[in-house]
Amino acid sequence: MSTPSGTPPRAPSGTSPDAPPGPLPSEPPGAPPGAPSRRSRGVPARVARHPLGLVSALLLTAILLAVAFAPALSPQPPDVSSLRDAFGGPAAGHPLGFDSAGRDILSRLLHGGRNTLGGAALALAVALALGVPAGLLAGYYGGWFDSAASWVVNMIMALPAMVVLLASRAILGPTVWVLMVVLGFLVAPAFFRLVRGIVAAVRGELYVDAARVSGLSDTRIVARHILIVVRAPIIIQVALVSGIAIGLQAGLEFLGIGSGDAPTWGAMLNEAFKNIQRAPSLLLWPGLALGLTSGALVLLAAALRDVLEDRGTHRRPPRRPSRRAAAVARAAQPHEPRAALLSVRDLAVAYPERQVVHGVDLDVHAGEIVGLVGESGSGKTQTAFAILGILPETGRIAGGSVTIDGQEIVGLPERRHRALRGNVVAYVPQEPMSNLDPAFTIGSQLVEPIRHKLGLSRAEARERALDLLARVEIADPERAFRSYPHEISGGMAQRVLIAGAMSCDPKLLIADEPTTALDVRVQAEVLGLLRRLQRERDLGVLLVTHNLGVVADLCDRVAVMSEGRIVETGTAEQVLHAPEHPYTRRLIGAVLEVP
Amino acid sequence: MAAFVARRTAAGAFLVLVISFLSYTLLSIPDLDVGRQLLGQNAAQELVDAKNAELGLDRPALVQYLDWLAHAVRGDLGTSWFTSEDVLQAIANRLPVTLSLMVGVTLLTAVVSFLLGVWAGVRRGAVDRFVQIFSVIGYALPNFLVTLVLVLVFAVHLRWFPAIGYVGLGESFPGWLSTIALPVTALSVGAVAGVAQQVRSSVIEVLRQDYVRTLRARGLPPSRIVFRHVLRNASAPALAVLGMQFVGLLGGAVLVEQIFGLPGIGSMTVTYTTRGDIPIIMALVMLTVIGVIAINLVVDILIGWLNPKGRIA
Repeated sequence: MSTPSGTPPRAPSGTSPDAPPGPLPSEPPGAPPGAPSRRSRGVPARVARHPLGLVSALLLTAILLAVAFAPALSPQPPDVSSLRDAFGGPAAGHPLGFDSAGRDILSRLLHGGRNTLGGAALALAVALALGVPAGLLAGYYGGWFDSAASWVVNMIMALPAMVVLLASRAILGPTVWVLMVVLGFLVAPAFFRLVRGIVAAVRGELYVDAARVSGLSDTRIVARHILIVVRAPIIIQVALVSGIAIGLQAGLEFLGIGSGDAPTWGAMLNEAFKNIQRAPSLLLWPGLALGLTSGALVLLAAALRDVLEDRGTHRRPPRRPSRRAAAVARAAQPHEPRAALLSVRDLAVAYPERQVVHGVDLDVHAGEIVGLVGESGSGKTQTAFAILGILPETGRIAGGSVTIDGQEIVGLPERRHRALRGNVVAYVPQEPMSNLDPAFTIGSQLVEPIRHKLGLSRAEARERALDLLARVEIADPERAFRSYPHEISGGMAQRVLIAGAMSCDPKLLIADEPTTALDVRVQAEVLGLLRRLQRERDLGVLLVTHNLGVVADLCDRVAVMSEGRIVETGTAEQVLHAPEHPYTRRLIGAVLEVP
Repeated sequence: MAAFVARRTAAGAFLVLVISFLSYTLLSIPDLDVGRQLLGQNAAQELVDAKNAELGLDRPALVQYLDWLAHAVRGDLGTSWFTSEDVLQAIANRLPVTLSLMVGVTLLTAVVSFLLGVWAGVRRGAVDRFVQIFSVIGYALPNFLVTLVLVLVFAVHLRWFPAIGYVGLGESFPGWLSTIALPVTALSVGAVAGVAQQVRSSVIEVLRQDYVRTLRARGLPPSRIVFRHVLRNASAPALAVLGMQFVGLLGGAVLVEQIFGLPGIGSMTVTYTTRGDIPIIMALVMLTVIGVIAINLVVDILIGWLNPKGRIA
């Protein structure tokens, strides 16, 4: 680690609270699943299949072996010097040449590794011995021990390791081995926090409760259920902390804290640095040894993380411009006269893995509410996103034609499609809370698109936003305007989102399950509001829903969707009272069964 | 807000008190016989005892600590046992050097890692892989090693910057810049690696949020969404990591100041800890701890500002 603190940077707070720290290549949570589970093989075998893991594991093994057999591999003892050879280049029997005192570099490098790596191993052992049991206890039992230990850990983490080590030297003397024990104390929080976090989370799991109820002793529960969960993260953490410990050990030796003439990589670097003007090449070998060891450890940790946490290498498919679909669009056969406001013909939406929408036809006229009905996963939302042009990164329109207000949007450049959003077609999302930016006030989130799309001044936009809030029946618009999303209720948030959708006078509203996340009373109010706004402004509405009650209440026409296809269309009355398609009948039957 | 700052300051003061007590008592354990060290091996025992009594070292450690504390809270950190310098003055002389370093590193790290992280998170692809590789390398290499390589390339070979020495900001701005450039770069490499990685993964995470899709549906251009909404939401975790890096930077400064011969707090730590000069060591430990507590407080306030939900009333 490049910053020699005792504590590696905390894991991103957005990810799991005490995941192993450090900038390892990894997808944040929410990454598309699809990494196949490969739990069947042993860890070494799986690391061996990971190219980076294999290289770094082999490199580390080679370094460890070379260091372990240093006496056998060294051309001569590390302290033998012959001033005649000082700064000498490679010679027979001395492949790496000589240092400033005429000592054999290879011999010093091999023996130095013993001190450097040994010191780091000592620190690691102390950290593990302290951090893991303390973390287990604190996480499992909680209580006063947890509070006390966490306080101490936070205190230790506030101390820069290098400064503490130097201060310790004043107390304990300049023996690096002793200082490595201190370093062990300083990096123990890395293990404590990791283990405590995981154990505290696992402790609440049902299977641990079940084990407790079934009468297993705490010791056995910890041994059988909990150690297994913390094992993998600890292994990864060991690799990371080793790198930090080696860096700090070498740093101390570099400062000359070391024990006299004993060879270490840090001391060799120090000596090389003193002669940097005369023989800069002396930096090469100890620098390489230190750099390669640290690098291999971090790469190994990354590989271990991939393997142990089953994160497959997620490949991003090349993004094909949806423009290519334009050709297909023109070839689409019109089935019936196309509606002026929204007309979808033969729409196909595809992800790299599979196609999710197949040949969908839809029409929405001005002043009409069309329900798009189907169970979850039927492709309703994907159809809506395709029309709006807000498909996720990997999704694309694979074929068909969509016209909004007479304009073909399949193959339309993003900039021109964007120009339609907001003031021609607008969107009311499903989950009110997650669709408001938590960092901005309601007011500023309403004002921003108004100013951007309609070019109004700040004051005009503010006035318009307040007017909109009043129109969606919010009692105190001024107050809502000033609030942050977390300060308002779900029903109010949905009104705000409807206000946002209406803010630039769209002609077409696409509402994706606008009431699903709300309680029943609020649902009715929001539906009433949508109906009122639709009548007032002669809006066309595409209402995506799985709720047939809502359809019966609100919709003029209905399209029923199943497995990415429209299976039935007709007036709401037709479809609800005389369904033709078996799927529609099942859908209606399912509603009736539920009291 | 004021209550939050007050509570955190009180907790911080308590922490400082605990650490000062632990440090002082631990530092008092070894029998350093300062009087003997000062007067030499041949001095008469009576003179040595008199010297120790003069420094107050004949009293029990606890009494010495309370005495130190009583003076410290009044801003009197005493004088160095070995050089008779006023401790506060010695630190004041060296603080600007380390502060230049810290401020420079923090600014450089923040700017570079936000640029790299946002770029990688939004563009993905080749840019992303480059940032990932840079992060792993920057994270893996001990920063004094990075420093040595920078010295070798830019000071010894190319001779663009001086290898050693410091020119005060007050004396000459270009001189200051050229002496501070390499140390700041050296310290920033590791910090950028950590923070850029965090910015990248936060940006990717925020880009997947529902409200980003809704903002797109409102017809806002991507640049506006990224630089206003995504950046603000992604900043909080990145700031937390930047705060953590700061603790490491204080340690890194020790090595870097030593390598570049900068007369700052870091090189002072190396020099004075060798001799067990308790007044100076105590002052350095207190300075570091207070610095870390202050930075954490500032980071938490900033995070609260960025994230209204977590904001403390």
